[in-house]
Amino acid sequence: MSAVANKNARVAWLFVLPAIVIMAAACLYPVISAVRLGFYEWSMGTPWSQARWAGLTSFQIAYTEPAVWSSLWTTLKFASVSVTAEMALGIGLALALEGNIRGQAAFRTLFILPMMVAPIAVGLTWRYLFDAQFGLINAVLGVFGVAAKGWLADESLAFAAIIIADIWQWTPFVFIMVVAGLANVDGSILEAARIDGARWWTMTMRVKLPMIAHVLAITLVMRLIDAFRVLEVIYVLTFGGPGASTEVLSLHIYKTAFIGQKLGAASAISVLLLAVVMVLTWLALRMSNPLADSEGDR
Amino acid sequence: MRSRLALIGRYAALLVLAALCIGPIAVMILTSFKTQAQTFDTGLTFFFVPTMENYRDVIFDASFGRYLVNSLVVGIVATLATLLLGCMAAYGMARFSFAGRKALAYTTLMLRTVPLAVIAVPVFMIWSDWRLTNSLLGLILLYIAVNLPFTIWLLYGFVLQVPVDLEEAAAIDGCRPWRVLLRIVLPLIRPGLAAAAIFTFRIAWNEFILALVLTDRATRTLPVAASLYVTDIGVEWGKLMALASLIALPPLAFTFLAARQVISGLTAGAVKG
Repeated sequence: MSAVANKNARVAWLFVLPAIVIMAAACLYPVISAVRLGFYEWSMGTPWSQARWAGLTSFQIAYTEPAVWSSLWTTLKFASVSVTAEMALGIGLALALEGNIRGQAAFRTLFILPMMVAPIAVGLTWRYLFDAQFGLINAVLGVFGVAAKGWLADESLAFAAIIIADIWQWTPFVFIMVVAGLANVDGSILEAARIDGARWWTMTMRVKLPMIAHVLAITLVMRLIDAFRVLEVIYVLTFGGPGASTEVLSLHIYKTAFIGQKLGAASAISVLLLAVVMVLTWLALRMSNPLADSEGDR
Repeated sequence: MRSRLALIGRYAALLVLAALCIGPIAVMILTSFKTQAQTFDTGLTFFFVPTMENYRDVIFDASFGRYLVNSLVVGIVATLATLLLGCMAAYGMARFSFAGRKALAYTTLMLRTVPLAVIAVPVFMIWSDWRLTNSLLGLILLYIAVNLPFTIWLLYGFVLQVPVDLEEAAAIDGCRPWRVLLRIVLPLIRPGLAAAAIFTFRIAWNEFILALVLTDRATRTLPVAASLYVTDIGVEWGKLMALASLIALPPLAFTFLAARQVISGLTAGAVKG
């Protein structure tokens, strides 16, 4: 690309510097501080100069706490169950409903609505839907003769509830990604397979899915990253309860810091969450790095 | 005949799916028009005389106006600033080669996925030091920073698609680089700008964990107010759903207005085109 021959570095820095300054001050610096804070003892409301070096104490305390490991386990369960269900449903629906359909644009608009609703509204709405006495879900189950359940009062039902809400909100994302991927598949290859007599199943498993494997992989990793970071909807829907049955890592960090006032411990746990998310992000970048991978680098 | 049945089946399935997607949103909106007594009926009442009482109570609450203005200021300023800085950075990275470009690209993308719970604690500490807590500016800065990585990523792809010849012709005519960006590139990447604007506004308008930690009575945004409402007034579902509907409205409206841009933003990076 010839314009990258434009090597006027001073002009380039003028373009990128403002963004760098803000990202460094309000995102990178806080991340570094989160890690650093884990090594200090400091209480909220006092100046940072009064913080004391505490070495690995916070990490020792945090990582010997069973609550941390149980919330990591909860997060792992949440991420694996919800993302598996979303991928399976999203891919299945996209394959079944693919093809030229009238009103495609309208359907797609309706499908992306759940993702756009504020987490606070999603959490509140599902709390109302799952309500034991007057919630719609028990009412619908009642029609089929199922006894009313105390969804948010029972540990495993509450866990099911946060997964159902997540599936509702994010299956459409997988659906949209797969549809977009399929739309980009070279039609002549599909045509050739069809002439060779491939049936729908063979066609799907041997031709279509392998051709969009890259899109599927990126979608999977993006969903996993979001599932590990999940916080706001659960904050409103269950606030981690009953007990600690729905307390995912992000919520555990929030509670440790702002309710338990244990900032060192919260930071030590943050390092754990950060590590998981960064590994997944690195994986995603290996698959597709839109910024570094451009023609400009070649 | 068989294909006709298959077609009907497909439409039926699509309609069911659409209903499932809209169902909870519809319940939220319907409930917001119910009286307190009606919200405690069993869930299966869809026909009732709507009341505006919840909206009246929510909107004429003494603090609602302030929270709404805070949310609007934070959402609009953060979106405009993110677009401006994001455009400049995307253009700089797409059209210039300079030392550290690759490191910058990687750092930017790694920052895109930082969990907000991780930065909530240190930000609270740093913002206290810098006297930015309880100010809208503090919140705006954060929303710019967490939205920039995605915005740069998205716009970068759009800038790459702008024909370089156009820019070079303008440069030969004596256009300085920032004028090339303003006159030639910006008009051509408008769809990208729209997508970036919707996604940034969505985060800044919807987010409530950082806002909860960093704001007080004077600087609270609407989602924070809603999250505190739950404990303040117990479960007055009608009012809660009215407030939730009001918060949900702008991003939903943008989606209807620019669905294509939203989809291009969602699939950016994974799918070409």
